[in-house]
Amino acid sequence: MDSMTDTETRPLIKMIKVNKFFGPFQALKNIDLEVYKGEKIVICGPSGSGKSTLIRCINRLEEHNDGNIIIDGIELTDKVEDIDAVRREVGMVFQSFNLFPHMTIAKNLMIAQQLVRKTPKAKAREIAMLYLERVKIPEQADKYPIQLSGGQQQRVAIARALCMRPEIILFDEPTSALDPEMINEVLDVMIDLARDGMTMVCVTHEMGFARSVADRVIFMDAGEIVEQAEPAEFFDNPENERTKVFLNQILSH
Amino acid sequence: MSFDLSLILESLPLMLAGIGITLKLLLVSGFLGLILAVALLLMRISGKFYLDWPAQAYIYVFRGTPILVQIFIIYYGLPQFEAVRDSIFWHILREPTGCAIVALTLNTGAYVSEILRGGVLGVDRGLLEAGSALGMSARHKFVYITTPIATRLSLPAYSNDVISLLKSTALASTITIADMTGIARTIVADTYAPYEIFISLAIVYMIFTLGLQKLFGVIERYLGRYTRRDG
Repeated sequence: MDSMTDTETRPLIKMIKVNKFFGPFQALKNIDLEVYKGEKIVICGPSGSGKSTLIRCINRLEEHNDGNIIIDGIELTDKVEDIDAVRREVGMVFQSFNLFPHMTIAKNLMIAQQLVRKTPKAKAREIAMLYLERVKIPEQADKYPIQLSGGQQQRVAIARALCMRPEIILFDEPTSALDPEMINEVLDVMIDLARDGMTMVCVTHEMGFARSVADRVIFMDAGEIVEQAEPAEFFDNPENERTKVFLNQILSH
Repeated sequence: MSFDLSLILESLPLMLAGIGITLKLLLVSGFLGLILAVALLLMRISGKFYLDWPAQAYIYVFRGTPILVQIFIIYYGLPQFEAVRDSIFWHILREPTGCAIVALTLNTGAYVSEILRGGVLGVDRGLLEAGSALGMSARHKFVYITTPIATRLSLPAYSNDVISLLKSTALASTITIADMTGIARTIVADTYAPYEIFISLAIVYMIFTLGLQKLFGVIERYLGRYTRRDG
């Protein structure tokens, strides 16, 4: 899709013919993807289709085997400095929250600021509280993660990513581990971020979110990008047979 | 058969005179063994075969042989070598206590390193990925994520090893050391009352063990404070 090329000349994320293998299994096949500043991308597809692997390659939690991945002009190679530089630009929110259980909520938000950004402690705490306000749970700052509900933990995880002031945030099935009544509080935070112009790549099955927030919906199957389109087009008029089957399955009830 | 209670009362204070030696053996080899264990652990998880393999070989040797045999080899065997007698270690190895501490340290270090490795392997991978995603270096992740969590996970097994080490210190009595067991054996040789003496000795060790259990219980509750919802 080149409808977004007018917003910026250079894509923040550029993937060129990316392949990824786990042993003999090919998880990603010739992935070409460009994401521009401020774009919100939703990736969906059946389980095992490579969606998580794709976004995990963007911040090098997985190493791609060939092709090029260029994040804000920095190509991901084995060079540790480049990987560090990319990770400073890219935040990530995980399905299982992955808050540090032995640190208070505030400390979870401060630790990387202090170690990676070298932010002084008081300033780091100030920034932490700012983002806790933003996800509407400042009163939990001095509790441990286990004392919070799943929805609250995931909001903390989003705030933790925001504290690093990333250019891009990756969401890897952020609501899949949540009880149904907590999904909306997390989606609300994500919608809020989207309105603020954050560049977001979300692997999710929340089709309501995709329809209302995404600039583009990407459908993956068997390691390939099968189809990508604007949400209205994607949901109402899918072209590919596999997309139709998938949408029927998840929208039928 | 008769059971002479007054003999127990008389011999207890004598045996307690050996507490100092027993505690010294426990604390010094426990401390040095922990340092050795951390060094071995770092070698094992370094991902470099030239560090991993020697550590594995070391652990295999010291877990694969009885500690009593290790004590004998160090105490009776090493002084036969002139190189040992000329080395800077001789002022340690010429003393039975030094030999016992060296043997206990080398032995417990092998076991504890594997206990710690179990703790490191128990740390949720997702937490390390979260650290990576936040830009933390391998060193930062090890210090701030792996170490505190692995410490908590290792503690129950580690306390087991410390209690085991307390009992192993009794083996020092076989190389002339007058720890509690050494003194007990001397009293038995004088009084021909093994039953009373060894039972009171056993009770003293149990009291010590109880103290260690309580101590580790406190540490465990402290390190586990973040695992309870009621905080």
